Amino acid sequence: MLPWYQNIPFACIFLCMISGIMMPLFKSGKAAFHLTLCVSLINAILAGVLLYFTAKESIRFVYVMGHFPAPWGNEIAAGKLEALLALMFSSVMALSLLGGKSSIHDDILEPKQPLYFLMLNLLHASMLALTYTNDLFTGYVFIEINTLASCAIVMARDTAKTIAATIRYLVVSLLGSGLFLIGLVLLYCITGHLLMPNLQEKVLSLVSTGKYMEPLTIVAGLMTAGISVKAALFPFHAWLPFAHGGATTTSSSVLSGLVLKAYIVLLIKLFFSVFSIELVSALHVNDILFVFGIIGMIYASIKAIREEHIKRMLAYSSVAQIGYIFMGLGLGTKVAVIAAIYQIIVHAVTKPLLFASASRLSEVQGHEKSLYRLRGSARTAPLAGIAFTLGGLSMIGIPLLGGFMSKFLLAESAVLLASPRQWAALLSLALSSVLNALYYIPAIIAIWSPSDFMLKYQEEGKQKKNITYSVSAFSFMVLVVLTGCASTPVSEIISSGLSLLGGASL
Amino acid sequence: MSDFLQSVIAYRFEIGAVILFGIGFINLLLQKNLIKKIISFNVMDSSIFLFLASQGFIEGRIAPIITGANDASLYINPIPTGLVLTGIVVSVSVSAFFLALVQRLYKKYGTVNFDEIIMLAKKEAE
Amino acid sequence: MASKKHSRFIDWVNGDTAEKVHEYKFIQKTVPPHSEQAHDEVISTRKARLFNISYEISAVLVCVILVAVLLFTVFNLPLFGSAGNPASNEVAERYLEKGLEETGAVNAVAGMILDYRAFDTFGESSVLFIAVGCVMILLMRDKNNISATEDSLEENERLIEIETNDPILQKIVLLIVPCIFLFGIYVILNGHLSPGGGFSGGAIMGAGLILFAVSFGIDAMQSFFSIKTFKAITTTALMCYATLKAYSFFMGANGLETGIPLGTPGAILSSGLILVLDICVGLIVACTMYGFYSLFARGDI
Repeated sequence: MLPWYQNIPFACIFLCMISGIMMPLFKSGKAAFHLTLCVSLINAILAGVLLYFTAKESIRFVYVMGHFPAPWGNEIAAGKLEALLALMFSSVMALSLLGGKSSIHDDILEPKQPLYFLMLNLLHASMLALTYTNDLFTGYVFIEINTLASCAIVMARDTAKTIAATIRYLVVSLLGSGLFLIGLVLLYCITGHLLMPNLQEKVLSLVSTGKYMEPLTIVAGLMTAGISVKAALFPFHAWLPFAHGGATTTSSSVLSGLVLKAYIVLLIKLFFSVFSIELVSALHVNDILFVFGIIGMIYASIKAIREEHIKRMLAYSSVAQIGYIFMGLGLGTKVAVIAAIYQIIVHAVTKPLLFASASRLSEVQGHEKSLYRLRGSARTAPLAGIAFTLGGLSMIGIPLLGGFMSKFLLAESAVLLASPRQWAALLSLALSSVLNALYYIPAIIAIWSPSDFMLKYQEEGKQKKNITYSVSAFSFMVLVVLTGCASTPVSEIISSGLSLLGGASL
Repeated sequence: MSDFLQSVIAYRFEIGAVILFGIGFINLLLQKNLIKKIISFNVMDSSIFLFLASQGFIEGRIAPIITGANDASLYINPIPTGLVLTGIVVSVSVSAFFLALVQRLYKKYGTVNFDEIIMLAKKEAE
Repeated sequence: MASKKHSRFIDWVNGDTAEKVHEYKFIQKTVPPHSEQAHDEVISTRKARLFNISYEISAVLVCVILVAVLLFTVFNLPLFGSAGNPASNEVAERYLEKGLEETGAVNAVAGMILDYRAFDTFGESSVLFIAVGCVMILLMRDKNNISATEDSLEENERLIEIETNDPILQKIVLLIVPCIFLFGIYVILNGHLSPGGGFSGGAIMGAGLILFAVSFGIDAMQSFFSIKTFKAITTTALMCYATLKAYSFFMGANGLETGIPLGTPGAILSSGLILVLDICVGLIVACTMYGFYSLFARGDI
């Protein structure tokens, strides 16, 4: 028998899967919503317990899916890092559900709501599976589940616009999965394995003998490219603002906050558990990520400045934030990857807060979406205003908030590097912070300054109470402040978790 | 030259698969017609399956139905076959989903040209 | 029933039916509104044209580079068809040599996908389930995607379907469908013994269902296969798959025996869970295939 807590990863994945499968049997969206919420809360608690035990014993354990260990059967593996990320996925999922409850009710037809929750549950399961998997082909299957389910939650709103946005999203995602799959196939050809530990052993032995080096380089390139395309790295970001901006609130929060991250988590596992970060640097795969990450940071911020639609502005800001993460990965050192993972966590708690607040603000102001027509909405819904302000300030990088810490860690890791890269990273960090301020501060001023629209909707808006939103906004705000103040323990967990991922010997 | 030709012949399946992949990839990017986009996606995926299936093949061996001796040197590699099976199911699902999206847009706008759809949707918003 | 048929026959002889059928004897083609100018208007501005050209050029460039790189890689791969490739290593060997003893499946591929790597296959069945869910969100009739006129047109089509019974088609389908089903069931039940299994057998049975629905019409189909049956079968089958596999994963990981007998290799009732899982997968696939057809054709199951 294993220690009981080692069953948690498996239990979490199957809990989501099974509750997802049950969804079509529900008649109403309400019951489905409650079950989904319960499952994500339970998963969050379980992930917390797992984090406690793995951190206490400082281990990473392998859980065999079936009776056959490593090279033969499927496996999942969990350590501190995976537990922390799973905790992030599940808790943000639960809070996003709470934050978007009322807009789910408005945007999606009642008979189709259970199907929407089916998608959310399976999306949740796939994100957990991508975090825990120790097998690349399982990774591919769950990438596909993730793709389909995330497209489904975009189009669940069922307007022509969201369907067109879904098609864009789907086409780009399919390109990404195609590239990833062909990379995986090539990797299988030259190694003959699909499980990460065996792959790593084989890859490192190939490197030391110098055999199949060209295919190996190309495999690394293709798989990284495939995942980055799906994670909306700069030249492939064009679909994101429409998909994330047009979807219902919970979908936008989950897509921006979590789905993009799930792919990046798989990429990090690929870098550490299949290749090794030194090998990735030696193959110069990370240089591409670095360059496009920086371009994405700047370009998307400029686009966001010119955007009027509040949710699309937030979506462009997501592209910029993804750029930060890729820049961190592109720096190619362990410290930088720790900073990138920290950025993943910070963005995962901040962006859903912003999306939920934006939707709450527009809810009290007659469902308007343009910034001009949202003037003064924060006065009608002060909590949403405060939440939006806090989230925006965190994105800009005000000290004591999460965004500052992640930028600080990124800068700290950049300082350790050689000259051209160091300057490029530091300059782009500074520039993009300024650019962030250029669109978040006007937006914050706009929502607080009085206007005619505000007066028109004020009475009506004040009637609309939204307790679930308040709960979720409050918890998110606490998380944003926590990530800003208590960065040391978190980054320690990330750091020791990363070392457990493997790739130590080269 | 003959060396090159020989290796072309030796790697014929992989080369065919790569070319098909390219055809699918470029059409997925460039086709305006959504139905053709779906077809090119299927071409792309099938090329990967061809590639994968060809990796499992070993000269002179038979399908892995173990009716005779338990000897691995008699049968081809079963793993790529299993992976192809998984991949096919995924690609069927994606095609169905994509077709459903296209059907909805066609009902609304009467066209399957994606540029026209985007333009009409923009006009509608104004 | 018989007398009604009889009277219809008499009516037909007397030439009386013609008028009655005539009321809705035509299927109105529903072509959605489409403005002819749309096509010309698409790329009107100079900026859009420039963007399009640069997009096309960069797409072609990316694709050419990709194909060139892949071709270069192909020539550096292990030789096609040779026995000493890295891919045919100890893993494949174990599946082939020990598979029979460990999974009880004669078909090594079935043993691999449903036992060694069953988690992947579970994911794959879920993909199918998600796809059918997506299609249901999109195409199930509701006020978003169907208008009153379309509704009445479809009602009209349904009536035509009932009215125009094609006896030749129906008799032949009645002969063929049981054979298709029998073959589908055979393929599913022999999945662990011969090529085939849940996915292929399920697809065959799905084809049978579609053929039946096409020739007998929706009403006949719905008398035994409605949306409720559809949901019940797919969710139960997938749930069954999930619980069985969860049990086996849990026991396997904790080093316990599942207590599921493997049986004699080669017999129908052998290979432990694989047979049950094949049946579950077969049911899911059959229902899904029919579900796709039905949703696309009518927006309903």
